[in-house]
Amino acid sequence: MTRSTAAKIAVRGIWMTFPPMERTQPGIIVLEDINLEVADGELICIVGPSGCGKSTLLNIAGGFLEATSGEIRIDGLPVAGPDPRHIFIFQESSVFPWLTVEDNVGFGVKRSDPAERKRVVDHYIEMVGLTGFGKAFPRELSGGMKQRVEIARAFAAEPDVLFMDEPFGALDYLTRMKLRSELTQIWQRERKTVLFVTHDVEEAVQLSDRVVVMGKRPSRIRDLVTVDVPRPRDLDNPVCRHLRDHIFRVMGLDHSGQSIERPGAADGTDLGEGSQTVLIRKAGG
Amino acid sequence: MRSKVESLLLPLTVAVGFICGWHLAVRWSGTDIFPTPKEVVLGTVELARKGVLIKYIVASLFRVSAGYLLAVFIGIPAGLLMGWFGRARMAFNPALQVLRPISPIAWIPVAILWFGVSDLAPIFLIFLASLFPITTSAMAAVQNIQINYIRAARNFGITGLELFRKVVFPAALPQILTGLRLALGVAWLVVVAAEMISVNSGLGYLIIDARNAGKRYDLVVAGMAMIGLIGLGLDWLVRRMETLDEVRWGLSGR
Ligand SMILES: Nc1ncnc2c1ncn2[C@@H]1O[C@H](COP(=O)(O)OP(=O)(O)OP(=O)(O)O)[C@@H](O)[C@H]1O
Ligand SMILES: [Mg+2]
Repeated sequence: MTRSTAAKIAVRGIWMTFPPMERTQPGIIVLEDINLEVADGELICIVGPSGCGKSTLLNIAGGFLEATSGEIRIDGLPVAGPDPRHIFIFQESSVFPWLTVEDNVGFGVKRSDPAERKRVVDHYIEMVGLTGFGKAFPRELSGGMKQRVEIARAFAAEPDVLFMDEPFGALDYLTRMKLRSELTQIWQRERKTVLFVTHDVEEAVQLSDRVVVMGKRPSRIRDLVTVDVPRPRDLDNPVCRHLRDHIFRVMGLDHSGQSIERPGAADGTDLGEGSQTVLIRKAGG
Repeated sequence: MRSKVESLLLPLTVAVGFICGWHLAVRWSGTDIFPTPKEVVLGTVELARKGVLIKYIVASLFRVSAGYLLAVFIGIPAGLLMGWFGRARMAFNPALQVLRPISPIAWIPVAILWFGVSDLAPIFLIFLASLFPITTSAMAAVQNIQINYIRAARNFGITGLELFRKVVFPAALPQILTGLRLALGVAWLVVVAAEMISVNSGLGYLIIDARNAGKRYDLVVAGMAMIGLIGLGLDWLVRRMETLDEVRWGLSGR
């Protein structure tokens, strides 16, 4: 990879082993030599089967977990702990239930001038379509609205990196679709660097610049798929469909979710570590 | 609003039935010691006229407030710290769990020994009785905080005392409040028992004094009724706090 000097996030040789349940057993190797470079303003999705270590990787990048070996650098500096410039959005909502929507969104706002604060808070509440709900408590909101508060709170802290761990995982299909397209719009406007974990391959194809495909535990990066399709993306677009099927095959499943005997064999490629798939959208396709 | 009418009418019917039953039972048994409801009301009026009723209520409420507030100001911080720091919990929790099941009544002789016949003895007893439920609930509340809240706060750069003030305390507050309510109930139970023994004012004293000085059971029952009504009022106050938006999220079904 040639981005090494300009990389916003550089993941170098990350290994992660969890201690075993019983002393007599060996530790559980979850991540095996993960390497990845993310450019500034890039939106990367990480997909892989459940339990493969996606959350683990994201938690290491977010500074909530320490890797067994290897390091992650953001802006050239090793990650040493949680940092307000790199905000994590959780799998389950972590919106504070004792604060109003307004106060939640304002929680991480660094500005001290009250008028400025209010402007920032109002801006992000509007951005996620919650204008008028500023004084409401999370208890009074639906699951999708709460997730919007979470997103607004993250953006209002004006971070330059966002880690999102299946942020839409708990939502119904329609809400998920809606938030997905909203996130695309917000990201296009704000151009944060985003690492987005999902197990929904279509979500990954619809959102990302590149998709990191991980395999079963112990996980390596099985493929790095570039999605060069202009946004907003239609999943029926043949390139998107092709990429989706390709990712499924890499993960060892066909597009209907059936297991394939030899992962990667179906499209004739041997997917060694660090292999890369680049599909350029055909003109007019 | 049928349910609203019902919720008033049903308990009222029970109360009227109870008072009638009480009156008839006294009449039919022919007792001349146990009072009828009417005699209790007259006894209450008599106490109020003499000015002792309000004086005793104030005395009891003062002792409860003093002991209870002391327990709140020590118990909540202690519980929060024990919930947050595993070491502190390891050190103090066993002692707490041994002291907790000892009834405050069992402490009465010790309290008299230490504080004599004064206001301090019942205040100490109320303090003890409220301290354990308050500390334990605050500790459990912190241990039950969703880890995501803490992680999110840390992510936004919040640490130390600010983390306690902005996240740990508000996140624990609903469960703390449940403990406070429990403790207030216990404190009100204990003040009466303590006043029967170690002081010469208060509602507990009123009951024991009315019995000893001339078997005035009308005043005994009047005292009991006052205790019940004030207990109800105290509980209502705490319940009012439970409807605040800052804690309602953590209290199910209310
Ligand atoms: N604290 C821990 N201690 C021991 N093992 C852990 C710990 N955290 C995670 N694991 C193990 O590491 C593996 C990866 O977990 P992780 O949560 O990263 O998976 P994931 O890819 O995010 O899965 P999902 O899609 O279901 O969220 C799992 O097999 C899990 O059992
Ligand atoms: Mg996960």
